[in-house]
Order: sequence, then structure tokens, then C-alpha cells
Amino acid sequence: MKKTLPYLIVSPYLVHLLLFVLFPVVFSIVLTFHKWNIIAPMEYVGWGNYWRLFNDRLFWKAILNTFQFLLVHIPLQIVIALALAYFLNQKLFVRGFFRASFFMPVVISGVVVTILWQQLFGLETGLLNRLLINMGLGRVEWLSNPNLAIVSIAIMATWKNVGLYVILFLVGLQTVPKSYYEAAEVDGASSWQQFRYITFPAINPTFFMVVILSTLGGFSLFIEPYIMTDGGPLNSTLSAMLYIYKQAFGYYHMGYSATLGLFFAMLIMMVVAVQKYAIENDE
Amino acid sequence: MGVFKPYKFILYVLLGGAALSFLYPFYWMILASLTPEAQIGELGVAPKGITWDNYAQMAGKIPIWRSLFNSVIVAGLSTLGVLIFGSTTGYALAKLPFRGRNMLFFIIIFTMTLPFQITLIPNYILMVKFQWIDSLVALVVPALNSAFAILLFRQAFKSIPDDLIHSARVDGCGELRIIFQIIWPNIIPTIITVGILTFMNSWNDVLWPLIVIREEKLMTMPQLVTLFAVGGRAEAQLGVKLASAVVLALPIIIAYAIFQRHFIQSMASTGLKG
Repeated sequence: MKKTLPYLIVSPYLVHLLLFVLFPVVFSIVLTFHKWNIIAPMEYVGWGNYWRLFNDRLFWKAILNTFQFLLVHIPLQIVIALALAYFLNQKLFVRGFFRASFFMPVVISGVVVTILWQQLFGLETGLLNRLLINMGLGRVEWLSNPNLAIVSIAIMATWKNVGLYVILFLVGLQTVPKSYYEAAEVDGASSWQQFRYITFPAINPTFFMVVILSTLGGFSLFIEPYIMTDGGPLNSTLSAMLYIYKQAFGYYHMGYSATLGLFFAMLIMMVVAVQKYAIENDE
Repeated sequence: MGVFKPYKFILYVLLGGAALSFLYPFYWMILASLTPEAQIGELGVAPKGITWDNYAQMAGKIPIWRSLFNSVIVAGLSTLGVLIFGSTTGYALAKLPFRGRNMLFFIIIFTMTLPFQITLIPNYILMVKFQWIDSLVALVVPALNSAFAILLFRQAFKSIPDDLIHSARVDGCGELRIIFQIIWPNIIPTIITVGILTFMNSWNDVLWPLIVIREEKLMTMPQLVTLFAVGGRAEAQLGVKLASAVVLALPIIIAYAIFQRHFIQSMASTGLKG
């Protein structure tokens, strides 16, 4: 075998890596020190974009919204996924059907889910409000109340993704041998104790994965508010990604939006690192 | 003890309720897309006057079939590229010794932890400079490689015994033939996983098409449906909007109905990598 052969084989990937990953990373740092609308020549502005970012109230509002979304989405997702996985982890008739139906929204485009839920959330004829009114309860301003809109979007996102996490938890639960529970039963352990000392340690790695995956997903929140609310009402559903998109492709502020993107990416990596640290040192 | 177990009964009610809450909205969406606009507001379970009118109107307003074609081309070519280049690069990393191999491996891991928010704007500028804006090339070429696919293939190739490769070389096989003719038949599950994941990612992506495609006849289906839903052209007609959403969902629903087990396994394995 010739010595150059391996390089030849990996060369398509290397070209791709240089062009679409490594060059963009370096170029994005260069961009953050410039003002540019692509057409006119680049203008050096020093730390100007960074100053602007720190004083950009709308950007911080968008970051705050994104965290608010995560704060609702992640706990909700974990509780529901864990409960459904726990129910599914028994001898059941038509278990496969349940599993498949929970997973259905996971495979379907977020665009479809958002268009559908925009109707479910509708004020007058929306299915959710019709259901609430039939039950004798009042209607809810799912998307028009600025305090509630981001929560509504988080509920929708949970509905869309929870099936994936059910499967992941189920895989985790199935690693626990039945004999452990039988032994605990003999020793008189309560069901909470069984969960805390047998189930929880076994699904701990899954737990970690679910938190990281839904955090990363939540930080990319874009198409849902883009279709449903365009960031409104009162910017309450403006996600960080939607704001970056608007800066870049609404106003063609390339330098500034690259700065936002870089800063936001750093923030994401930091949050994930903190979560990793917190969960690994939990024991 | 009787046959009736209250615990099991409650379990079935809970799981059945959950299943209903995931399936009913899709049923309602399909039904509503077939219902005259005036009746959608009171639609529940039973059909109220079936009509294809919403679909006819929608197809008259947007080039939906053209966008279906574009989506198939883009997702198909991206998947093909990822399968081929993922295999070759993964094979080199698993089976061919060369200087810099470990470094390349770490770079690939590094690119996986890199949030896409960093590279989004520079990549758009690259597309402008290459004059790929409003061309399907902009959707396919940047998607031809995937770090995740390379790692999955590397893992699969590692489980193949070296003897198999050596004897193939003795028989005069080139490396490409070894990869695609000798080893591929042995790693079908990995090929299916990478294939499904890549196709789905490409099929469902909206952000990147929104950025690089402006011309309507070049749009992918999720993009076209998105712009139809947010723009004024649906004229606030719910049934017409829902019809476009159904056409977008249907290919995946059908594929999911057939290959359900593969879908679930593939997507669960993305989580299990960590």
C-alpha cells in the first residue's frame, strides 16, 4: 500500500473541513471586528461590535427568553419522558404501538408541528381552548399573553421531542436486572427507595444525555417562534437564534451578527460544560 | 385473585391517553385539511363534508410538487455523499495507519462539540462569494460530510477483522472495493442508521434553505411551506395552510409507518453516542 493512499482517501473530508468548518471559525472571529453588509468594503471597528452586544437590550432579552424556554422545557421533558418510560417498562399488550405513537412527532418536521400547534393554541376555535371551555374552564391566551407565549412554545417543543427521551430512558431502565427489585422488595424497601437507590443510578447516564440534548436543542430554538409569533408579543418569544437571524438576514449586519453567533456559541459551550460538571460530581 | 387487575387497567388508561394526545392532533390536521374552511372551527372527530378544495387552492398558489422534487434531490444527494465520504474517512481512521490520524480524530470530535451558531454567518458569506445563492449546490455541497457519520462508520469498521481486509488485498482488491464491496454488506445496520438520520436531518432542515434560497422554484418543501404559512398568501385560510403541512408530513409519515423500528433505533443511537 502506498504511503499517500490514506491521505488521498481522507482528502475529500479534509477539503470540506477546511472550507466549511475551520475557515468559517477563523473568519467569524475576523468578522467580529468589522462592520460589513457584504456589498460595501469591510470596515474595521475594533471592539465596537462587542460593546454594542453588551449594551443591546434586545439581545439580552432574547438570551433570557431562551433560558426561560429551557427552564420550562427541560424539567417538563424529563418528568414526562421518565413517567412514560416507567409505564412502558412492563409486560404490556400493544407496547410497540404505544412506543411508536409517542415517537411519531419526533420524526415529523418542526414546520408541520408548529403550523398544527398554532391552530391548537388558537384563541377562539383552537382545539385546546375548545376542550377547556367544554370542561367548564375559561380559555387561555396561549400565544397572545406575553407572559405565557414562551411557556406555550416550550409545551409544544416538549410534545414534539418527548418520544425520543422516552426511548432513551426505556433503554436505560432495561439495563436494571429484575432481581434487584425482587431483592429490595424482600428487604422491605419502599417504592421511592427502590427508585432512588436502584432505578436512578442506572438511568443517571441517560439523565445526563437528556439534559445535554434538550439544552442544545433549546438553544437552537428558531423555526417555532419564526412561524408562530415572529418573536412577539412584546418580544417575549424572540429566541437568541431568531434574533441572530434577523440581524444577519433582515438588516445584513454581518459583523454584528457574527459577534452574536460567536458569543452565543461560547455561552452554549459554557452551559453544557457546567451541566457536565454538575452531573458528574453529583454522587 | 380475579382476572381484572386495577393497576394494569390504570396503566392502560394512562398510556392510551398519552398515545391519543400524540396521534389525535395529526388525525385532526389531516381531517381539517379535507374540510371546507367554514366547518374547520367546529371539527372534532367525525368528518364534516370532505373536499379536496384546500389542496387544489394550495397547489395553485405555491409550486409544492416542484419543492417536493427539490427536497428529494437535496436530501438524496446529501445522504449519498455522507454515506460515501463517511465510509471512506471512517475506514481510513479505523484501518489505515497514517501520520496525523489521531489528530484528525480529535479534530472531528472537536467539530462535533462546536455549536453551528459560530459557522452559520461565515458559511453564508462563503455561499455568496461562490455565487451559490439560489442554487441547490448550496444545499448539497456543505452537507456532503458529517462528523457524526464518520465516527459511526469508524466504529463499525473497527469491528471488522483485519484478516478479511488482508485477504481481499492479496486477491488484488483496491481500497475502495474493499470498503464498498467487501465490508459494506457486513455493516448494514450502520448504513441504515446513517442513511435515515442524514435523510431526516436534510429533509427537515429549514434554517439553511431560508438563508441561501430565495427563488421560489428552488425552495425545499419545508421552506416553501414555512414561507407560505408566515406570508400572506394563504390569506388566513387555515385549511389551505394545513393542506401544505399535510403534504410536507406525508412522505415521512409513510416512511415511518413502514420502517418504524429502524427510525426509532437510529434516532435513539444519536443519543447513545455520548
